Amino acid sequence: MSVTLKNITKIFTDPSNQAREVVAVKDVNLEIQEGEMVTFLGPSGCGKTTTLRIISGFETPTNGEVWISGTLVNEIPPNKRDTSMVFQSYAIFPHLSVSQNIGFGLELKGVKPKEIRRQVEEIMEVMTLTNLYNRRPDQLSGGQQQRVALARAIINRPKVLLFDEPLSNLDAKLRDQMRIEIRRIQQSFGITSIYVTHDQDEAMTVSDRIMVMKDGEVMQIGTPFEIYSRPANTFVADFIGRVNLIDAVVETVEPESISVVCGGGGEHRHKVITSWAGDFKKGDAARIVVRPESLRLSRMGDTAAGADGKATAAAEAASVSAATAEENGTARSEVPFLKGIIKRSVYLGPTVEYEIDVPDVKAQILAVTYNPVEEGFYRNGEEVGINFSSAASHLL
Amino acid sequence: MKEKLRQLRMLSKDPLLFTIVIIIFVSVILFILYPLVKVITVSVVADGRFTAANLIKVVSSWHLRQAFFNSILMGLLTASLGSLVGFIFAFTVTRTNIPLKKFFNIIAIIPIISPPFIGALAIIMLFGNNGFITSTLLGLFNTKIYGIRGLLFAQIVTFFPVAYINLKGVLESISPTLEDAAMDLGGSRFKVFRKVTLPLAVPGIASSMLILFIETLADFGNPLILAGSRFPILSVQAYLEITGMYNLPKGAAIALILLIPSLTAFFLQKYWVAKKQYVTITGKPTTSTIKLVSPAVKWLLFSLISFFALIIIMIYATIVWGAFANVWGSDNTLTLRHFAYVFGVGFESVKDTIIIAGLSTPISGFLGMVIAFLVVRKRFPGRQFIEVTSLLSFAVPGTVIGIGYILAFNSYPFLLTGTLAILMLNFIFRYIPVGIQSGIAVLRQIDPSIEEAAIDLGADARSTFRRITLPMMIPAFFSSLIYSFVRAMTAISAAIFLVSSRWNLMTVQIMSQVESGRLGAAAAFSLVLVLIILTAIFVIRNLLLYRYGKLGGTFLKI
Ligand SMILES: Nc1ncnc2c1ncn2[C@@H]1O[C@H](COP(=O)(O)OP(=O)(O)O)[C@@H](O)[C@H]1O
Ligand SMILES: [Mg+2]
Repeated sequence: MSVTLKNITKIFTDPSNQAREVVAVKDVNLEIQEGEMVTFLGPSGCGKTTTLRIISGFETPTNGEVWISGTLVNEIPPNKRDTSMVFQSYAIFPHLSVSQNIGFGLELKGVKPKEIRRQVEEIMEVMTLTNLYNRRPDQLSGGQQQRVALARAIINRPKVLLFDEPLSNLDAKLRDQMRIEIRRIQQSFGITSIYVTHDQDEAMTVSDRIMVMKDGEVMQIGTPFEIYSRPANTFVADFIGRVNLIDAVVETVEPESISVVCGGGGEHRHKVITSWAGDFKKGDAARIVVRPESLRLSRMGDTAAGADGKATAAAEAASVSAATAEENGTARSEVPFLKGIIKRSVYLGPTVEYEIDVPDVKAQILAVTYNPVEEGFYRNGEEVGINFSSAASHLL
Repeated sequence: MKEKLRQLRMLSKDPLLFTIVIIIFVSVILFILYPLVKVITVSVVADGRFTAANLIKVVSSWHLRQAFFNSILMGLLTASLGSLVGFIFAFTVTRTNIPLKKFFNIIAIIPIISPPFIGALAIIMLFGNNGFITSTLLGLFNTKIYGIRGLLFAQIVTFFPVAYINLKGVLESISPTLEDAAMDLGGSRFKVFRKVTLPLAVPGIASSMLILFIETLADFGNPLILAGSRFPILSVQAYLEITGMYNLPKGAAIALILLIPSLTAFFLQKYWVAKKQYVTITGKPTTSTIKLVSPAVKWLLFSLISFFALIIIMIYATIVWGAFANVWGSDNTLTLRHFAYVFGVGFESVKDTIIIAGLSTPISGFLGMVIAFLVVRKRFPGRQFIEVTSLLSFAVPGTVIGIGYILAFNSYPFLLTGTLAILMLNFIFRYIPVGIQSGIAVLRQIDPSIEEAAIDLGADARSTFRRITLPMMIPAFFSSLIYSFVRAMTAISAAIFLVSSRWNLMTVQIMSQVESGRLGAAAAFSLVLVLIILTAIFVIRNLLLYRYGKLGGTFLKI
């Protein structure tokens, strides 16, 4: 039940201008293992839906091959392909009851009514849809419609399950709940699945692997960890989560590591980085990718807290934490990699976000600190040291 | 071009679809286009060569030139006055809180489900030479009801409901909150009406006027009864030329000339006005606070539409009374003899009418749904051709179609004259635009992924259409069915050329009763006709309600 895409390209003619061509998908190669859940992630219009529809057979690729469990399926029409789709709009048959909707596929296969009933009841149980057997679709809530659509797709035991932004019509809370449920059901049935979304959180939650797309092209294929921490290019780094890109110059290239220098050099401006994408040689311009939560801030001078006596919450807590930092004796003793001035801070409860001006590298850096009540705050205008570990950094 | 070839290749891969497209293509050409082409060729080709002789005959005849101007004049007058009455009705119903709204709504719709010449019939009965008002009450014997005045009156009564329905839709779609907002900004009531309501309604009014213009030009029943010899009308002249003089080429030439203004108005409507319609609906229609009209104006409007309503009631009361009066105008004793006639000698035509309308309209509706489906959901060369051509029969006056049919199907291999087939084919293709239009409207609302879901679950094209698409189109199917059934039952202009002794229609019977002065029988026929239509509507509605419950119309909305 593996799925393989080989050099898939799809070119549309623009419906409003027959002469113009739109390259919706460009040379996509992908191998999906049995039971795996792969997400297509990318901004709207990048070709996710088109790729999905090529797999289901609703679009014929202009070029390339689609293989499903070892068979080339290019010539097989969608109704004969062993794929089931969960549509963005759910596409529930409005004139059929819930059970008729779910049993539709089995009925087409000529399964006996008694058997259909048994299977429909069974799956409704699994999907927590019991008691809705004869309900009309227009009497269902959004979440229930979603489950009916899923049940209708799963009951046929397809080789591949396809989801096209299945949660985009639900409200935020239900969305969080449903994506966990979808993952649970997919895993318990062990169905090879492809999931399309433009929401990175959703992609992180449900996927074994993520394929990031842009303008019809594959940007990166990898596990959520790889996509987030080891992005293949700045687009991926930027599209998923928030990121700091710090300009650097390559100094030496070793088989296992690359050392770089930032902000025109100086004693502490060197960094050894063990993860990178692309080829580098001495003297190349490069960018260090580091996530805001991986930055460690430290207090610079001793003029720290409460000097102007303003009793802001931040200032108060800062005076508390100055002592705490002293106790731990960590922050202060470290020699910082970069220095910056806190420009703005946003207190979010569990975290504090800082925008830091770093003149040395002519950049603004975003940092997130956790547990502010113990770790303390930095005030606007305060000078801080910025550092991060080799493990948390990645070179592009 | 490359795209067209690709579509053709795709189409040939699906043999069922391919066959259906070919069948529809051929029948649209054969039963809509070919008769029109026949009208043109017969009028301008003689002995295999082009000739302007027939057209010159028409243009050089003072009588026919006059007929052309009269037809246009009637078209313009009915379009403006009919739309005005329709607008007053629609505005009063949508923008005031007068009592009896439902009643006025029914009154305005009744003429639509009646034969289109019922107004003319009632006018003759009231104001004609033996008319109840003119001769019985006033003792006049030489009345001047024939000609422009009587005809205009009859056509306004016949066609204002069309304007009413259109304009009611238009006014309902203009959110009253816009008017409220304008009034909030300090506009006086009249100013708000003039600066907000009216400009927003203008495209709708223009569209309604063009539709009325087309319908009036095509009208045949009213002019045949009321125009008289001194006020010739084109559609009637074409008919007389063919059935009276047996001059087919000249009749065709008149038809051709009639076609020109109709088609002009049709294309204006479709490609110019229809595009200008504003849509201000957002979600559910907002409930109006109805502040636009002052009490004085409200009661003025109320009395106006009450007056119109009274006229309609008077017309129908006249028909009912006439159907039961022994000899209209002189002997008013009640009798059932006219009904005995309808159900005796005349029953053949009752039966024929029901058979023809009952068989052809479901076929027409079904075909309309199929075409709508193909047009909206499939891509193939000739798609637009099918859509536009099938809409054409909306615009072409019935007289022209009737003449086209007798010209096209009177010889081998299409020898259909006098058969059931020619009447049915005429009705099927004449009312097909209704089904297509409502089918298209519904399909555009249905998410295409619903059909894809069925295919995804293993359904082939045929079972997807039969089990998913068609059931979702049921409400559209039935509403177009009701509409085309009504039209078929009351049709006359094309059918009058196609009836025979074997297959006759009630409307044609009514006409010949009127012509031979048997107004009682004509009234009884008309009454029975209206009752049959009402029964059919009632039955279809309840079947739908029984089968689909309240869902009948609602399951499209989710
Ligand atoms: N049927 C079509 N005809 C023409 N262009 C299309 C068609 N379907 C999609 N496209 C174009 O292809 C590109 C990719 O679309 P899509 O796959 O729907 O993107 P996504 O699902 O990632 O938002 C878009 O530029 C879109 O406009
Ligand atoms: Mg999409």
